[in-house]
Amino acid sequence: MSDPVCAIELRGITKRFGEVVANDGIDLQLNRGEILSLLGENGSGKTTLMNMLSGIYFPDEGQIFVNGQPVSIRSPRDAFAHGIGMIHQHYKLVDVFTATENIVLGLEEGGKLDVRAAGAKVRDICERYGFDIDPAQKIYDMSVSQKQTVEIVKVLYRGAEILILDEPTAVLTPQETDKLFDVLRAMKADGKAIVIITHKLHEVMALSDKVAVLRKGKYIGTVNTAETNPQALTDMMVGHAVTLNIHRPRYENPAPRLEVRNLTCLDGEGVKKLSGVSFTAMGGEILGVAGIAGSGQRELLEAISGLYPAAEGEIIYTPEGRDPSDLVGKTPMQIKKAGVAMAFVPEDRLGMGLVGSMGMTGNMMLRSWRKGKGVFVNRRDPNALAMEIWKELEVVTPSTEFPVRRMSGGNVQKVLVGREIASAPSVLMTAYAVRGLDINTSYTIYNLLTEQKMKGVAVIYVGEDLDVLLELCDRILVLCGGQVSGVVDARAATKEQIGLLMTRLGGKEGA
Amino acid sequence: MSNFLSLFLALVIAAITYGTPLLFGTLGEILTEKSGNLNLGVEGIMFMGGALGLGGVFYYEKAAGSGASGFVAVLVGILCAFLAGALASLIFSFLTTTLRANQNVTGLALSIFGTGVGQFIGEYMRVRENGYIAIGNQLKGFFQNSPFPAFLQRIPVAGGVLFGNSVFFYLGLILAGGMFFFLNRTRTGLYLRAVGESPATADAAGINVERYKYLATVIGGGISAVGGMVYIMTIAGCVWNHEGLSGVGWLAVALVIFCMWRPLSAIWGSVLFGALMILYLRLVIPFIPTQLYKILPYVVTVIVLIASSMRNNKEKQPPASLGLAYFREDR
Repeated sequence: MSDPVCAIELRGITKRFGEVVANDGIDLQLNRGEILSLLGENGSGKTTLMNMLSGIYFPDEGQIFVNGQPVSIRSPRDAFAHGIGMIHQHYKLVDVFTATENIVLGLEEGGKLDVRAAGAKVRDICERYGFDIDPAQKIYDMSVSQKQTVEIVKVLYRGAEILILDEPTAVLTPQETDKLFDVLRAMKADGKAIVIITHKLHEVMALSDKVAVLRKGKYIGTVNTAETNPQALTDMMVGHAVTLNIHRPRYENPAPRLEVRNLTCLDGEGVKKLSGVSFTAMGGEILGVAGIAGSGQRELLEAISGLYPAAEGEIIYTPEGRDPSDLVGKTPMQIKKAGVAMAFVPEDRLGMGLVGSMGMTGNMMLRSWRKGKGVFVNRRDPNALAMEIWKELEVVTPSTEFPVRRMSGGNVQKVLVGREIASAPSVLMTAYAVRGLDINTSYTIYNLLTEQKMKGVAVIYVGEDLDVLLELCDRILVLCGGQVSGVVDARAATKEQIGLLMTRLGGKEGA
Repeated sequence: MSNFLSLFLALVIAAITYGTPLLFGTLGEILTEKSGNLNLGVEGIMFMGGALGLGGVFYYEKAAGSGASGFVAVLVGILCAFLAGALASLIFSFLTTTLRANQNVTGLALSIFGTGVGQFIGEYMRVRENGYIAIGNQLKGFFQNSPFPAFLQRIPVAGGVLFGNSVFFYLGLILAGGMFFFLNRTRTGLYLRAVGESPATADAAGINVERYKYLATVIGGGISAVGGMVYIMTIAGCVWNHEGLSGVGWLAVALVIFCMWRPLSAIWGSVLFGALMILYLRLVIPFIPTQLYKILPYVVTVIVLIASSMRNNKEKQPPASLGLAYFREDR
């Protein structure tokens, strides 16, 4: 194209959520007839940035330009008016409606609903770009890829010239992905501007014209895909190693505590969430687990604690000075009693592990309610424990009876981790233990975990921040698509090495 | 044989009479529930509609004297009842949609509240009017008799069933057809169903979720309340009786489930429920207490619920977000 037309330009976009800066002065530019990949790790601010284009959030600072004109996008409706359409990761469709009914939803066209005319227009769009959907089919009868197609057609039906797709391939099979890419190329040829949010490098290389990289909310740069390679992109994505100075002593003689052999787990639909996972967690060691979100971290921890059924494989647990036993097939209560504790901090923090409307004492009792005599529960010991955690971990709360739901996120996490540690486990598992915490609180948690390690506990730490994993852990297990793509020594490994393992199995696929 | 047939026809006609108030109550609640609001206050709403509808007609007759027009009287009755129901549902909407209170609790409270208000107004009027609130015979006919000419009603066999019912049954039929058309063929109806199925989707598509919920609930409550007025005017004989209405609203709620949220099914469903309501009068079997007969509609509803959940048909399900409050920032 000789004279590219600038479709979107972002200048100095900043968005804060409370004290967290999700996007920090981001500049971005995209022309018509181009596909831009927005690349970055989890939590790097990709989705937040795009949500500002689609009217979900409003930027705190900066200016958005569409076709060279400064615009203010305050709602999804405004975004449509400027020809911007976003396909979210979680589809917004009404299950009992047909494709056409979903597509015309919310349009302010006067008069009677003419399903046939709308259906014809939908068919038109489908033919133009090679989509394969039946306008009269109900959503509940559709596959994931068909639902995605409906979302894309919905956006095109509204006349979008700029399409944003948030991790469109996360739920697709390789064949469906290829088909989607063909469609996106057809749209590109038609002069549309397309942004895809992704962290899969081979897709970036295969599809896009330009790649913009974000890291921890900051804009790192834009490169032409033709002039770069996966290694260079990985370097941009993970950045140079940052020294955090986390105290990491060595435990004298670590012994195998938990041995996972060939563990395979299926979800309700028979899809493999974990496939042939094998590793050993040692007592007196922090084993880090790295991987892109949804690579099987959650399933792994849940399988070990007995919450997720294992289809195949063994989990051999060897408590100090006792005989090994297989945890597969045991109930969560039995596993808990054997000394395996899990402090899982899910996306919504309170979802698993704590009861939001109870105070600290009540939440301590969730672990001890079986104790006590007869029908009465023992409140005194849990309350003493709550007081101890309150003081030791400097939890900010008016009292131990104050509902944990109303505490700040960091304090909630302290309560959760503190309780799990107090049960004196011999295996302690945490996931995203420092998510959303400020630096000081994060260090408190790191120190707690290290303290446990020095007591000979096997600590499994699922984390997102590679810098922390590299400085806190002794070894790091990298998961990719439910498989172990490598186990590295955290003292010797580099960030780039882990970054590559996270995106490609054994560093081979797609290279 | 002809004796049996005439008994059967009489049962159908009586079933239609008893089913008509249910038809209004059910249609109103279907509209409400299609917006995702589960308004359990139908019992209270119908009580208020009954008391205010009767009151409106009574005072209209009192003011107009012998010159009272039957047509206007019916209109006044419908209007008063509708307004009473709309007002009660407005309280419900404010509490559940704006303040996001729990719908079940609010609905139950409204049920008790509405019953009380209806009783109070009815009794207050009765005491003030020297112990008796009743409509004159001339106006009564307009509420209870068929609007069709006599020769049509005299058609052998089918005449009575087809043309012999009160004007409200025919209004109910038109309303059911209209609601079917509205929900399934119009843009606004599609958007309303989207709000009830998935308010987040509707919101993202630019539909004003609150407005749809308010309007559907208020209009639906008004329609339900008309059912209460119809009950007082036809079955209870245009006389205020503080026990008259009890239970009809709950039957309407059950009927919404029975007919799977489909207005056209509500027609035969309400006639069937009407028949079940009066079976204890028409089909007397000794030693079986009438209470057993009276639970029949609920037993049938339970059976339908079990059957429909076992078939697992995606179409015949309640609106997906029924009973849930919607708040955009909840994710």
